[in-house]
Amino acid sequence: MKSYEEINAKIRAGKAVVVTAEEVIHIAKDIGIKEAAQKIDVVTTGTFGIMCSSGAFLNFWHTKPKIKMQRVWLDNVPAYGGLAAVDCYLGATELDINDPANTHHPGNFRHGGGHVIEDLIAGREVKLRAEAYGTDCYPRRTYEQTITINDLRQAFIFSPRNCYQNYNVATNCSDQTIYTYMGVLKPHMANIHYSSAGQLSPLLNDPYYRSIGIGTHIFLGGGEGFVAWPGTQHAPSDPRNERGIPLGGAGTLAVIGDMKQMDARFIRGVSVTGYGVSLMVGIGVPIPILDEDMLYYTTVEDKDIQAPLCDYGPDGYPTGEPCTLGYLNYAELKSGEVEFEGKKIRTAPLSSYSKAQEIAGTLKQWISDGKFELGQPSRLIPGDSSFIRKEDRHDNE
Amino acid sequence: MTTNNITQNVILRYSPDLVGDPIVYLLVKEYDLIPNIIKASVNPDKEGYILLGLTGEKENYKRAIERLQEIGISVQSLVDRVNWDEDKCTQCGACTAVCPSQALSLQRPEMTVTFDGDKCVVCHMCIQACPVNAVTLDF
Repeated sequence: MKSYEEINAKIRAGKAVVVTAEEVIHIAKDIGIKEAAQKIDVVTTGTFGIMCSSGAFLNFWHTKPKIKMQRVWLDNVPAYGGLAAVDCYLGATELDINDPANTHHPGNFRHGGGHVIEDLIAGREVKLRAEAYGTDCYPRRTYEQTITINDLRQAFIFSPRNCYQNYNVATNCSDQTIYTYMGVLKPHMANIHYSSAGQLSPLLNDPYYRSIGIGTHIFLGGGEGFVAWPGTQHAPSDPRNERGIPLGGAGTLAVIGDMKQMDARFIRGVSVTGYGVSLMVGIGVPIPILDEDMLYYTTVEDKDIQAPLCDYGPDGYPTGEPCTLGYLNYAELKSGEVEFEGKKIRTAPLSSYSKAQEIAGTLKQWISDGKFELGQPSRLIPGDSSFIRKEDRHDNE
Repeated sequence: MTTNNITQNVILRYSPDLVGDPIVYLLVKEYDLIPNIIKASVNPDKEGYILLGLTGEKENYKRAIERLQEIGISVQSLVDRVNWDEDKCTQCGACTAVCPSQALSLQRPEMTVTFDGDKCVVCHMCIQACPVNAVTLDF
């Protein structure tokens, strides 16, 4: 048994043994779980994919004379101003006011909240426009200014739901091409899309959240961040396999982090044809090897992780009825082709595995260099549904 | 088929007076080329274009292109018309299963995206599939 304090003391001394969630698989095969658990202090994970339910809180400094911004736009993307005088929340999926959306289906969705967040992080100029009704204390009615992130007093990402533990794998059983948040799906199950880093993904390396909770110190968008809360739609009671790996989305995290530290290589605005705009987010979570069980969980491999293959055609996912056709594991999915019910189907990821590797590697470097310590959670993310009031629980929870 | 066969994707652009001519028939009949028409259109000014793949013996292909140019049809190679911006690409791979010719593919086990312009048939699927607009088309 190791404590957070013992591991952090080793990190400070530059003596912590840190490996990625890929490397630990081979190490455990060579020397066994027991010895690996003694030797290794931290296993780093990573994921980089489209994560809806992301957004940022921004504060603009007070203007002279003062304004209580009621309506706010950043590069023509509305931000929510109903918070205070010069605070707003910019959501990743908000559209540019001039975007034609799906008027000519499928829409291109070239610009929205996710892109503005990327532009700010990249240091690009963004045009702020605000309107107010005017008060005795905040008389100004309108304000326009070109700003960069350096002109913001505070800017932090606060995303209610990121880092899904596992996720649906999408196909299309109908006879028409469909344009979904899982990408372009051709008719008659011509392609399959998945969106997970599999064996590198944070919550698949600690499936029962034994080390992840409020205050866990993480890599977020190229800077440091924290786990703030269980994410919205956190559903830990989803069915699990014998290794504890959930067979559906299951766990999610609400995360927070300083935008001024972030790097636009690890957080990108995205246009999803026919669906809308969103944000690709890079997250890495360090898993402390507190005991042998923790080490065991980090040795999970792609072949151990199954995900539900769902029909996203009009008779499937959109109806709200069950749409699972079967289960596929990530070793099959990553190979580029799977065989399902006698048919060979091409597969493609929507999340970047090479970026996930880069994130796990960067986090490993930060910790090895003594620059990044572990955060001991003040409360763990719930591993069952007891945190949800009985009357709010869904039938399957 | 001889080993001297090549496949090229080209855009043929017609002036209004040539739009009615059976150009593809000429390519088949006189130059023994196999055409694969991917896209064709005539605009309101009656100018037209055909985007097609041509497979055949190298010398025949060369002579056919010369003939088309003599007739007054502009011939543009497609390879340099699709731009994949490696710096913009996040290496996610969302373009790879919808790409019919596997011009965009994932290298395994690195799981990084590569683009082979020679295989590209300019079907536009990648442009719809790419979430970060890393693929653009001058067309």
